[in-house]
Amino acid sequence: MEAILFYLTALVAILAAFFVTKCRNPVNSALCLVTNFLCLAVLYVMLEAPFMAAIQIMVYAGAIMVLIVFVIMLLNLGTATKSVYTHGLLGGGVLSVLMLFLTNRFVANGQATGTGGEITSEVIQSYGHTELIGKAMFTDFLLPFEIASILLLVAIIGAVVLSKRKV
Amino acid sequence: MYNNLWLIPFFPLVGSIINGLLGKKIKNEKVIGGLGTLMMFFSFLVACQNFFGLRASEQKVFQESIGSWMSVGNLQIDWGFLLDPLSAVMILVVTGVGTLIHLYSIGYMHGEEGFYRFFSYLNLFACAMLFLVLGNNALVMFIGWEGVGLCSYLLIGYYFEKKSAGDAAKKAFVVNRIGDFGFLCGLLTLFWALGSKGVWTMNFIEIGENAHLLESGGVLITVVTLCFFLGACGKSAQLPLYTWLPDAMEGPTPVSALIHAATMVTAGVYMIGRMNVLFAMAPTTMMTIAFVGAATAIFAASIGFAQNDIKRVLAYSTVSQLGFMFMAMGVGAFTAGIFHLMTHAFFKACLFLGSGSVIHGMHHAYHHAHLDDDPQDMRNMGGLRKFMPITHWTYFISCLAIAGMPFFSGFFSKDEILWWTFASTRGSYVVYGIGAIAACMTAFYMFRSLFMTFYGEQKTDARAKDHIPESGLTITIPLMVLAGLATVGGLIGIPHAIDIFHVGNLFHDWLAPVFSQAQQLNVIEAHGSASVEIALMILSVLIGLAGIAGAFMMYMKNPEAPGKFTAKFPGLHKIVFNKWYVDELYDFLFVNPCKRIGTFLWRGFDVKVVDGVVNGVGWVAKGIGAGLKYTQSGYLHNYAVAMVVGVVVIVGYYVFG
Amino acid sequence: MISVHHYLLLSAILFCIGTFGVLTRKNAIVIFMCIEVMLNSVNLTFIALSRHVGNMDGQIFVFFVMTVAAAEAAVGLALMIAFFRNRESIDVDDFNMLKW
Repeated sequence: MEAILFYLTALVAILAAFFVTKCRNPVNSALCLVTNFLCLAVLYVMLEAPFMAAIQIMVYAGAIMVLIVFVIMLLNLGTATKSVYTHGLLGGGVLSVLMLFLTNRFVANGQATGTGGEITSEVIQSYGHTELIGKAMFTDFLLPFEIASILLLVAIIGAVVLSKRKV
Repeated sequence: MYNNLWLIPFFPLVGSIINGLLGKKIKNEKVIGGLGTLMMFFSFLVACQNFFGLRASEQKVFQESIGSWMSVGNLQIDWGFLLDPLSAVMILVVTGVGTLIHLYSIGYMHGEEGFYRFFSYLNLFACAMLFLVLGNNALVMFIGWEGVGLCSYLLIGYYFEKKSAGDAAKKAFVVNRIGDFGFLCGLLTLFWALGSKGVWTMNFIEIGENAHLLESGGVLITVVTLCFFLGACGKSAQLPLYTWLPDAMEGPTPVSALIHAATMVTAGVYMIGRMNVLFAMAPTTMMTIAFVGAATAIFAASIGFAQNDIKRVLAYSTVSQLGFMFMAMGVGAFTAGIFHLMTHAFFKACLFLGSGSVIHGMHHAYHHAHLDDDPQDMRNMGGLRKFMPITHWTYFISCLAIAGMPFFSGFFSKDEILWWTFASTRGSYVVYGIGAIAACMTAFYMFRSLFMTFYGEQKTDARAKDHIPESGLTITIPLMVLAGLATVGGLIGIPHAIDIFHVGNLFHDWLAPVFSQAQQLNVIEAHGSASVEIALMILSVLIGLAGIAGAFMMYMKNPEAPGKFTAKFPGLHKIVFNKWYVDELYDFLFVNPCKRIGTFLWRGFDVKVVDGVVNGVGWVAKGIGAGLKYTQSGYLHNYAVAMVVGVVVIVGYYVFG
Repeated sequence: MISVHHYLLLSAILFCIGTFGVLTRKNAIVIFMCIEVMLNSVNLTFIALSRHVGNMDGQIFVFFVMTVAAAEAAVGLALMIAFFRNRESIDVDDFNMLKW
């Protein structure tokens, strides 16, 4: 059952990703991207990371995608697509396939060691994933968390400055 | 009560900083000059307080530290000050004479362009000099040593728009550098020598206590002391490094008085006094010092005969008198040397300030008559007695003092030196003979300058003749105070032989704690009967009188005599007038070869090799850049492809490598 | 049973598809979306390995990747608007002024 679900989701994710690169109309690409994000969220749930799945949907499929679609609409790109919207298909394809081959070899050769940490399925079941994330985030990773907030602030200011009409 | 030693150099430093930074804004000469003088005066008051405190105290050595400078392993160097009888005398002289000369400068420098600059430098100099004399370790002393050199440079070059002043400043700096090199060599050798015996120190007291670790009269101590002596030669203008001092007269006259007569140039003498323990252990060095001093004394005096510039006469006189001090140091008469240092500070400062007063008056007169003559040339003077009575009398008194006439200060100090050269265990009749002749010559050329300036018929240009004023109070007060000191200053060092009232040799007793130990350990003493001493005194007075009489005969009785003499021995006169061609000799031997080497290094090495390498690096980088710039196409995809290729290569390396 | 290798393989495939898109598309916004695909594939790797080794750190890292992605989206899209304003186009081939 789990295997079928995985393969199905993986297939949809791959196809969605492929159509992101393939669709002539950016709006279609964006929709494919949302599909891809949703598939990943499913995979996260399968990996017993429901909190990550939730913010994957909220942040990526929600916020970022809305932003992208908004910009597409704003610039009115959906209709004004050029006849030639790709180039270097052969080169890009060769490089990508080469990379895929190499990474596959890398994964196949690799020995996944270091297993047996304290976060097992039972722990996640008893504590809850959100609580575990929260604990780690607000104890060991408090400083990076704060820095991340500053990063977001800087991004907000940067976005405002960049999109102002007259600087 | 002793914890305020640091205030002594601190006051002038404050004055220097305020005048240096704000002087341009203040502009008011009274405020600037008053501030500088007041700071020196405060410093003088603190010095007095310390002096009397030391007199009352049983303990004769006092050290004070205001903080640590460096601490390396066993070596601990503080910003430390040392008060003992020797440094007490020095701070009194420096701050006392310094205050008077600051006061004098207010009048003398009136209306000068860089009035504030002058006072800032002068205060800075006082600060550095006080560091020099108060430092309790060789490094603090070295700071002062370099600081006074710097201020000397700045003040000689005060009129920097004049090329001769700039050259003189450079010369003083470079020649002093040779001496400083010697000083550093001596210091580091000593540091290493004591360190190899387990004592890592630069503190004078500790050096004195541990000097016995070194072999007395050995090679090491001789080398160390000779190096120090080289340093002293540079700073105190002894042969062969004296050439900068006469040129230093390019600076304003108060500078010549303070730096190049009373204080800085005596730093070498002070330094030898401070290290007397070491010097006493090195008889060879002592002998060298005595002979160099004697040679300088007579050599400089001979040049003084033929100079016409009043300040140059005084400059050579200073060199000569410094030679006397070194003679004293060399024969072990440390006390006499410091005594002469002090009395010399009084009468030479007075002479210089007197000459400054004359120059000031002459300048005024020429300015009034719109003439361009040289106000320093004694051939244009004569008969100034009428116009400047105070200047004349103070100058006269100081001439008597420097000529060693009885009961003036120079008499006591010079006779003590001559007595020691004659009778000391380290003395020598040769040195005595040279010293006596030099004393005679001193009397001659000093009175020559006196007669040429103040007596006889006035040779000033007729248009300027009657416009020579006596200088104002700020100038005459220091003159009178210094003349008074030059008169009675010697009474604190009456030798035992003529001590009728049994006051005792106060100065000798005062300095005894500093010098007696070294003198006893190394058997340095003057032995001889009182009658011989008195006979020598009479002899030296007669010698001085002979010099004065000679000057009188030649410049008062027969004003044609010098001309005749010159005509008779044109060659000799020419040589002496041109200062024995020493400057030309140095130019030929050192300066020009150095210039040639420098030119070669510039044209040959620097331009071709160094610049070539630098330019070559530039060319290579430029060429590579010109080729590689085409990789920057500006197209996003080119960069993306480059990145992906990089990733592929790296991952490939991990997979197959 | 689905092992960690499966997830890693899937993530590699997604990553390479994203790369292909970045290399071949001309539209800046599509390129941007392809980059998001790549980022997500990396996130998947992180979470899969985090679960595999039984440690929370990888998931925390994903959190930060998302933060960066959000910031990037904000700034990047603002840049595109600025581009478009200048050139009436967001075709990356039109932006080649940054060269020698």
